[in-house]
Amino acid sequence: VMAARFLLRRAVPALRHARCYADAPAAQMSFTFASPTQVFFKEASVKQIDVPTLTGAFGILPAHVPTLQVLRPGIVTVFGDDGSSTKYFVSSGSVTVNADSSVQLLAEEAVPLDSLDLATAKANLEKAQSELVGVSDEAARAEVLISVEANEAIVKALE
Amino acid sequence: MFARTVFCLFVFRFSPVTIRLKSIKNIQKITKSMKMVAAAKYSRAERSLKPARVYGTGAMALYEKAEIKAPEDKNKHLIIGVSSDRGLCGAIHSSVAKAMKNEIAKLLGAGKEVMIVNVGDKLRGLLYRTHGQHILINCKEVGRKPPTFTDASIIATELLDSGYEFDQGSILFNRFRSVISYKTDEKPLFSLDTVANSENMGIYDDIDADVLRNYQEFALVNIIYFGMKESTTSEQSARMTAMDSASKNASEMIDKLTLTFNRTRQAVITKELIEIISGAAAL
Repeated sequence: VMAARFLLRRAVPALRHARCYADAPAAQMSFTFASPTQVFFKEASVKQIDVPTLTGAFGILPAHVPTLQVLRPGIVTVFGDDGSSTKYFVSSGSVTVNADSSVQLLAEEAVPLDSLDLATAKANLEKAQSELVGVSDEAARAEVLISVEANEAIVKALE
Repeated sequence: MFARTVFCLFVFRFSPVTIRLKSIKNIQKITKSMKMVAAAKYSRAERSLKPARVYGTGAMALYEKAEIKAPEDKNKHLIIGVSSDRGLCGAIHSSVAKAMKNEIAKLLGAGKEVMIVNVGDKLRGLLYRTHGQHILINCKEVGRKPPTFTDASIIATELLDSGYEFDQGSILFNRFRSVISYKTDEKPLFSLDTVANSENMGIYDDIDADVLRNYQEFALVNIIYFGMKESTTSEQSARMTAMDSASKNASEMIDKLTLTFNRTRQAVITKELIEIISGAAAL
């Protein structure tokens, strides 16, 4: 009897798993990724997207829970259906995941990662950090901090 | 005798017909060149409109998919009219101004409070006399260069800094349909409260007030940018059409005037000849 109860208990979780995924088809993700001047993906079907947001970096798969997030400077990685991945650097923007599994990634500025130059980024970072020391006005200070953060993210992304 | 002939023809050369003919020919040259400039600007605007459209529709996707609707009892409205500073483009400015006037009349009739933002000096000119007390912000230097995201963000910053806490609003612009046609369109703007309290927002996970505010501000800039891009393309295509028809009209006038000119010239020469002949006969 004890053995039978054990078996029953072990079997139930397995059954629960099977019931969960049995009839839920993986929703296709309709992915739109654009900047004001350039469109990278328009209602494309991709496997996964990694985005850097103010609350942390997270990956979006089809049937992700709907959410709205604001981007921070960092890398967006797009994993296509064929397994290839492309990286882009975004400055800021927003990402929307809707209930029908459509994702809109709108970046204020976005460039493919290989079009960024590490040496120039390092030079910009040093310039921004030296400016940070001398600035006093609140608004200018905020601008310089943003510049430092963006350049740090670029350097980190390229290394 | 020849001196008199020369004198007559000299006077004839500066007769009203010739002066008019010369000025219309100059106007035709100007309208032709304006048409070519507008055509060049139009093709550039249309090319940059394609990604801007994808961007703009992406920005409005949330509001459409979550079916966010503003509650009916809210009082503070905002209307953003997008046009430009320069004329000679057909009915571009007047169609937006007309739509804005209709919208204002409707809202005031329902007892709401309305403020408007004019993007473009022409709109200010059309609206300040009758609706001057509703104008919140005027934007100049619009239309000379193609609009950028920075321009849209400047407008949005001014709007957010103005302190006018609108509950809902709309942006009126000319949506580009084709080279020969555009349509005045309206897209809705929602305030932070409307979006936060909308019933479908509950399904969106993990949103705090800060994130939503940033998201809303960014969306506002996106919508303004989209409106400005569509508006520029419509304006350049309308200017191209207007200058083209102006050049055609000028050509027609030139043809008619040239006929009159030739007839007059022949009449003067004939008169001279007759005088000379009859004078010789008298001698």
